[in-house]
Amino acid sequence: MHTADPHVESESLAVEAVDVRHAYDDHVALAGMSLRVPQGKIFALLGPNGSGKTTLFRLLATLMPLQSGELRVAGVGVASVMEVRRRIGIVFQSPSLDKKLTVLENLRCQAALYGIRGALLRRRETEVLQRLRLEDRKNDFCEKLSGGLKRRVELAKGMLHQPEVLLLDEPSTGLDPGARLDLWEALNEFSKAGLSVVLTTHLLEEAEKADQIAILSEGKVIAQGAPDRLRSRMGAGLITITTEDPHAVCRRLREQLSLEGQALNNQVRLQSDHPGPLVSQLLDVLGDQATSVSVGRPSLEDVFIAETGYQFWSGAS
Amino acid sequence: MSILTSNTSDSLEATDAVATSAPEPILNGRPSGWGAAWMLARREWVRFFRQRNRVVSAVVQPLWFWLMFGAGMRGSFSWTASGQEGFFEYFLPGTIGLIVLFTAIFATISVIEDRREGFMQGVLVAPVGRWPVLIGKVVGGGGIAWAQAVLFLGLVLLFGTAEPSWNLIPAVGLLAVMSITLCAVGMIVAWPMTSTQGFHAVMMLFLMPMWLLSGAFSRFRRLSDGGSIGSSILHWIMRCNPLSYSMVELRRLLYPEVVLSGNVWGPGSSVNWFVSLAFLIVSLGLAGWLMRGSRRADLI
Repeated sequence: MHTADPHVESESLAVEAVDVRHAYDDHVALAGMSLRVPQGKIFALLGPNGSGKTTLFRLLATLMPLQSGELRVAGVGVASVMEVRRRIGIVFQSPSLDKKLTVLENLRCQAALYGIRGALLRRRETEVLQRLRLEDRKNDFCEKLSGGLKRRVELAKGMLHQPEVLLLDEPSTGLDPGARLDLWEALNEFSKAGLSVVLTTHLLEEAEKADQIAILSEGKVIAQGAPDRLRSRMGAGLITITTEDPHAVCRRLREQLSLEGQALNNQVRLQSDHPGPLVSQLLDVLGDQATSVSVGRPSLEDVFIAETGYQFWSGAS
Repeated sequence: MSILTSNTSDSLEATDAVATSAPEPILNGRPSGWGAAWMLARREWVRFFRQRNRVVSAVVQPLWFWLMFGAGMRGSFSWTASGQEGFFEYFLPGTIGLIVLFTAIFATISVIEDRREGFMQGVLVAPVGRWPVLIGKVVGGGGIAWAQAVLFLGLVLLFGTAEPSWNLIPAVGLLAVMSITLCAVGMIVAWPMTSTQGFHAVMMLFLMPMWLLSGAFSRFRRLSDGGSIGSSILHWIMRCNPLSYSMVELRRLLYPEVVLSGNVWGPGSSVNWFVSLAFLIVSLGLAGWLMRGSRRADLI
């Protein structure tokens, strides 16, 4: 299991979690989660439903009090609720816009909540509307905007008070591919300007776009790092053998080829830096036991399977 | 449609500028709870006037109620010593109370909508705490309720059902107290709710009976020696209802010359004002107490 990079200084962390635990009645959502998120990066919390990412988001957003452990955002403990809130911008999964108000009126509501007024308000309004290309829509009622535009207004709201850390909960939910592209361009732009972006996602392809990710499962971080580095840990290739008896195949691989396969449903998975030559060997050894043998490059899902032993979408078995 | 794509010269320049600029410092402004409360109050007004059906029904419905019940029950009972004033006059403060109650309910039910539509989640994580939400809602919603009640009162003066007098100034003040109080009561009910259906259930079970048992609709009889147990229970229920005191005082302010008949209960002005103000303070305090800390409903 990969934990946080110990070389990252505590002061330069956007988020630092140490042994964070949280339970809803009898259900444990976070089971001792530790995490170090560097500043100025786009950081994705990737996990299937029930992995604990929404609970962590709620704790970071100060929507719930911390039950156990340590959790700091931009160097400030979440117990200092108001200090943390001044430092974070939040984009929720469900829209937080007032549909009966215009884009500009929504921004002014946000400004009032964060104490921005006068000349500063006018400057920040202009800046965020320009940066998110919303100037020509500023007088439109939010109920008439498309999903992508609404998400941009949400981003504008979140950025209005110049937060140090921008938190986004499943930001791509409900967006078409074009709007997702827009969203990620905006996030990259903010990140280049020095903003730390922390987002939750259950979409593997979305996590691939982040600078760093933490893969969550059952309330814990099971792997953390750059997506490329996580994949490279799996070797250059991944061989997938489809079979009716995966445990028998694993046994045979161990006995005859000294290879450790991972049984999963009706498959056996093998990591290898040289998968090509191994395929013919496997076909010879397994014969009719293998229905098919395929070779591919490891994905984040493969990292997840290797660490947890179950598929990303199936949940713990 | 993509406006964020970098294939225009403008956006390329913007991206370059962003890439080379140093991180911007965080804004140092201290958020003001009062500023946030004022924004939330103004928002209530803006939303109200943008929903024409609310504006129309707010004025027409109570007027319709008053005319319909007033005409239907005219002469059904007398409540003054002279016997000249009938149900039309008696029901006038009740109708104004109904306006305040309905508007306060609609204003506070919007808390549940704000939660469900997502707006509230942005407010709950703002660095201003929760009291601005309460103040914003009761000032905004209470302001709308007060304005409607005053508008209705103006219409009634035009009809000649009540006479203009200096007593209307404290009456308008009492309406402000009632408006804010009922909004605070609405917040107590609405804040822990996750659905408007639940609110309607509580409204029918608690808020409407509170109005009906305030002497708004039927005579508030004195306790008498020959009275039945039922009428005694009803008397004490009405007497324990703090809204009853506002109703009695409002009736007195609208008809200052009227002397109540012997069987109608009516405490003095100082008692009425004391109970009305105490109800306001207790409701606001309870609403503020309920809204502190996080609740499960915050996580919708």
